[in-house]
Amino acid sequence: MTPLLEVDGLVKHFPLRRGTLRAVDGVSFRIELGETLGVVGESGCGKSTLARLILRLIDADAGEVRFRGEDLFAASDTRLKRVRRDLQLVFQDPYASLNPRMTTRDAIAFNLLIHGTARSSARERADAILDDVGLDPALFGGRYPHELSGGQRQRVNIARALVLDPCLMVLDEPVSALDKSVQAQVLNLLQRVKADRALTYLLISHDLNVIEYVSDRVIVMYLGQVVETGPVTELTEHPRHPYTQALFASAPTMAPTQRLERPPITGDPPNPVNPPSGCRFRTRCAFAMPQCAEVSPPLLALGPQHTVACHLFTTN
Amino acid sequence: MLSVSSSETAPAVRPSHVTRVAGPPSYWRLVGRRLARDPVTLAAGALLGAVALSAIFAPLLAPYDPTTGSIRLRLASIGAPGHPLGTDEQGRDMLSRLLFGGRMTLLAALTPIVVACVFGSALGIVAGYLGGVLNAVIMRVSDVLYAFPAILLAIAISGALGPGLGNTLISLSVVFLPRIIRVAEAVTVQTKSLEFVSAARAGGAGPWPIVRYHLLPNVLAPILVFTSTQVSLSIILAAGLSFLGLGVTPPAAEWGLMLNTLRQSIYVNAWVPALPGLAIFVVSMVFNLLSDGLRDAMELRT
Repeated sequence: MTPLLEVDGLVKHFPLRRGTLRAVDGVSFRIELGETLGVVGESGCGKSTLARLILRLIDADAGEVRFRGEDLFAASDTRLKRVRRDLQLVFQDPYASLNPRMTTRDAIAFNLLIHGTARSSARERADAILDDVGLDPALFGGRYPHELSGGQRQRVNIARALVLDPCLMVLDEPVSALDKSVQAQVLNLLQRVKADRALTYLLISHDLNVIEYVSDRVIVMYLGQVVETGPVTELTEHPRHPYTQALFASAPTMAPTQRLERPPITGDPPNPVNPPSGCRFRTRCAFAMPQCAEVSPPLLALGPQHTVACHLFTTN
Repeated sequence: MLSVSSSETAPAVRPSHVTRVAGPPSYWRLVGRRLARDPVTLAAGALLGAVALSAIFAPLLAPYDPTTGSIRLRLASIGAPGHPLGTDEQGRDMLSRLLFGGRMTLLAALTPIVVACVFGSALGIVAGYLGGVLNAVIMRVSDVLYAFPAILLAIAISGALGPGLGNTLISLSVVFLPRIIRVAEAVTVQTKSLEFVSAARAGGAGPWPIVRYHLLPNVLAPILVFTSTQVSLSIILAAGLSFLGLGVTPPAAEWGLMLNTLRQSIYVNAWVPALPGLAIFVVSMVFNLLSDGLRDAMELRT
């Protein structure tokens, strides 16, 4: 069976005045129907660019994205319009992602109108979806974004994506702009609609708690490249890549005995305009070897689903 | 029986009046409500309404023909019998000339603003939305025009084209066009990069629905507010061109022209020559106050 989404060797470089910013540099993965794939990494590692590339909101420089076996980058405009109903995106910023001059009902109905649904039935379905995401359509349908809280806006964002009845939802930091208490509500909502509608999620987040709470499998990214992939329990309990280890170790813990005296990783990631040669993590890695500076480590399979890109495992 | 049936139907039908009670007012109603709470803007609006009405109905309101005077009644003071605002250096009734002059000044000042707003918005939005070479061409050309001070550009174009109302309209339109293009382009580029535009694209919307429903409603308000700030400048420029003999030609009544022809009489009767200047000042002030009020009322609180 073909996976729902296959990403193969995706590359996006942004030309700058000084050099090129290698936002996404050869990323490959696949998503099976019904799973939640988490993508985690520090800010600036290319997570959001990845989301926009998959949805063809920006054009990739190289690589392929196949949705149900169909090459999205080769799709015609009309075909792409049809495919976009199945592939929806929820944005990070609940403030910039809603048109300030559209009521919530109109914002949701807009997605149906452009696909040829009649105005009255589009509004009816918008109301039904609003109800589904926990907003009373009689109360919130006529409101403008500035009259909603952050959590309510994010519910509208989710409703706007759901109204097209998608198959795969790309969630780009869906809760990172929200308060902790509201985060849980929105995550629970996402879990519920996923079960109700048999959705598949690609969840992008820098928050390990969110990733652990929701994901089935996780991809760890560092400076535009995948360093480790695996089932979420495997990665949290037995992270293999030094970066993944540092990442999970640096997550704040509630248990005082497990608190660390020193941060497991220091400094900022190197500038993606001129990334280090070979392994990109070597400048911050405690296990860096001479060969790390020369050869970029390939992704190696450690288990049936666990892969890692590190020379610690290529030599053995 | 009756009570049972009503209690059964009540929950099934969503009471439509609830939506109206709970639903907030539409954006434009909100703007209207904010304007109504702003006494300065209201007063400015009322004054502008009075000026506009007097300009429109000048032929009915003016007691005399604005272009024929009486040699015997030159430079009558304010309050002279039959001439409440006196007469000018040719004995023409000042009240009649001010009424007709307002008509001409407003026409010469507002027409270029409307023209520049329509074409400037269109060019600016196209440049901002499409970007690329088209943006570079439109923006660099308007930069060249914008580099000249407004009054200098107006004088240069009017001087080259010659005096007359038509040429005044052309030169002032050229003065205001690049200003509005720049603002329209800037807000379009800013709005285009917001995530709700990406969200519409991700939903499958083509360029036209995005421009129509997501871009225009968000860029038109800032453009209109900016345009309204330019009206007072346009009034001063229109009157200034006439004052310099590059605008409306005598014997037509126009505030700037009146100021010019009455200039010498200031030593004989200081108050009568001051009247057209006062009119220019008041009307441009009114437009400034109105645009300030409009900016506050149209501001979106997010």
